[in-house]
Amino acid sequence: MSIQIILDKCVGCTLCVKVCPFGAITMENKLAVIDLHKCTLCGACVPACKFKAILLEKAQEKTVKTDLSSYKGVWVFIEQKKGKIQSISFELLGKARELAAKLNTSVSAVFLGNQIEIETQELIFCGADTVYLVEAPQLANYQDEPYTSVLIKLINKYKPEIVLCGATSIGRSLISRVAVKINAGLTADCTGLDIDPEKKLLLQTRPAFGGNIMATIITPNHRPQMATVRHKVMPQPQPDKHRKGKVIKESFHNDELISRTTLLDIVEEVETLINLSEADIIVSGGRGMGGPEYFKILHDFAEVLGGAVGSSRAAVDSGWMPYSHQVGQTGRTVSPKIYFACGISGQIQHLVGMQSSKIIVAINKDPDAPIFKVATYGIVGDLFEIIPALTKKFKEALNR
Amino acid sequence: MNIIVCIKQVPETTEVRINPETNTLIREGVKSIINPFDMYAIEEAVRLKEKSNGKVTVITMGPPQAESALREAISMGVDEAILVSDRAFAGSDTWATSYTLSCAIRKIGAFDIIICGKQASDGDTAQVGPGISMHLDIPQVTYVKKIEEVKDKTVRVERMTEEGFDIVETPLPVLFTVVKEINEPRLPSLKGMMRAKQAKIVNWSAKDIEALPECIGLKGSPTNVVKIFTPTPRSGGQMLKGDTQEIVQKLVQELKSEIN
Repeated sequence: MSIQIILDKCVGCTLCVKVCPFGAITMENKLAVIDLHKCTLCGACVPACKFKAILLEKAQEKTVKTDLSSYKGVWVFIEQKKGKIQSISFELLGKARELAAKLNTSVSAVFLGNQIEIETQELIFCGADTVYLVEAPQLANYQDEPYTSVLIKLINKYKPEIVLCGATSIGRSLISRVAVKINAGLTADCTGLDIDPEKKLLLQTRPAFGGNIMATIITPNHRPQMATVRHKVMPQPQPDKHRKGKVIKESFHNDELISRTTLLDIVEEVETLINLSEADIIVSGGRGMGGPEYFKILHDFAEVLGGAVGSSRAAVDSGWMPYSHQVGQTGRTVSPKIYFACGISGQIQHLVGMQSSKIIVAINKDPDAPIFKVATYGIVGDLFEIIPALTKKFKEALNR
Repeated sequence: MNIIVCIKQVPETTEVRINPETNTLIREGVKSIINPFDMYAIEEAVRLKEKSNGKVTVITMGPPQAESALREAISMGVDEAILVSDRAFAGSDTWATSYTLSCAIRKIGAFDIIICGKQASDGDTAQVGPGISMHLDIPQVTYVKKIEEVKDKTVRVERMTEEGFDIVETPLPVLFTVVKEINEPRLPSLKGMMRAKQAKIVNWSAKDIEALPECIGLKGSPTNVVKIFTPTPRSGGQMLKGDTQEIVQKLVQELKSEIN
């Protein structure tokens, strides 16, 4: 694969320079020059050039070693904590059904844990045709090595064409190792998954550069095609209690479940018991809160709404809120139904962590705060007056 | 104790803006920095070294310009720096990148701990750290927020989870990815900056690290980018005006149906 500028056609318009996401094109003597060290051959410049002066030659199809057609079915890795299936797994089952319908194939759930069989019904109701169930005391809680080794063996045995997994701390740790070991393609944090109608490939669309650009990625010559997806990106399917499916139990020897690391303890922090990534409603406070003691009005408000409290980086750096509540580039990415930004100016680092929320309500004193540019509802005013009034009104309206 | 830190040079994303006319990324004048998460990795490595009298080697895969990131790491107290750079690496996805870095680490030789930032701020994949540990077949602990205790052959750490944290004990050698909570990176000292200026940066090519040609760059990357586009930017909605009661009334009306 190679890229080159056809110098006869280049007029020096700089259009390509502006679209290059990697800053790899510069102008020299009024002609475009591509720095191949920076270029990733992404092709963004090709359609941008109005003079057809950029030539990108795709590599010849590699000789395919694996028989791709022997890989069938869409798999979802089911994440459980203390035996409880995490909501992300149901969201993925819903998406998997859609993809499987387009491929005319089936959906399977891979479910690892200990004494979890009772939960398999729910997976079938939500879209699984088959549940591969692996139960062992060593699998009760997530540990990198036994989970990796079980998943690799199951994939090698059953050869799914697609494997989906939550972009959670467990999912990302696990699936990256699996993909490396089985030489599969893996795309992180997909916000869109679809099937190419002609080639039947998985089209994986994901944000990069903090959401400023989107990239669609394929895995043409390797199987399975693997992707992680964040919370709340895909809708949760309605369980259908009439759905039927089968459970296949797989067992493993103890020496296949060895972990070099030892999980000594699992500590739950009370203040983070409402998982920020899973919350439907988040009330976040920023520098405008003025101090840690004032976060109480946000906690009260969040309680009435059944939501969680988040925070901007400024409030965390000031020591007003623990880091586990930080929303944004160096904190968590959230996408709730409603996000209240209270006294948050809306720095890009914060916006990339919450701008996919369905509804954003911004309350800020400064009418020029950038947060208003993304807000569904903007309120210029004193949050210390507005939040308590909102709390009261919602309490009445919701009968709480 | 020998510690290896893997870092990446990224554009300073706070300055990434969209040109409203062309709807594209404005790259002019955007500085390159060390990936913010890697700063915590460097700091933690230097702290471990200061306690245990070891050596810290920093390594990056990237274009020749990435040398400046390595020099910055030296100014923070890192001992040696290696730039893994080759045209053949162009187009690497996370599979090929983690493979390439693992080859370079093998060439470095014996180590006790590899530390990576939890993810890079440009790609956000969080896949390279775990990928390296798998290529090297060593255990990993991701999202480490505290190194509790370092013994001769084991380390006990806290791993951040969605609900709190896990306490994990691991044998050495091991790979950690670290989160922001672990420390506060130091500013370079004057002495450090002087040293960084003069330090010799080791340069390794694909051949030097004995990487298999079919496993690096585009060829070694199972995934291919087929399209890059700018998302429709989220546009602002309506401003609610009036006195507090009016605003509150309106908002409750609009949002009530969204809350169960």
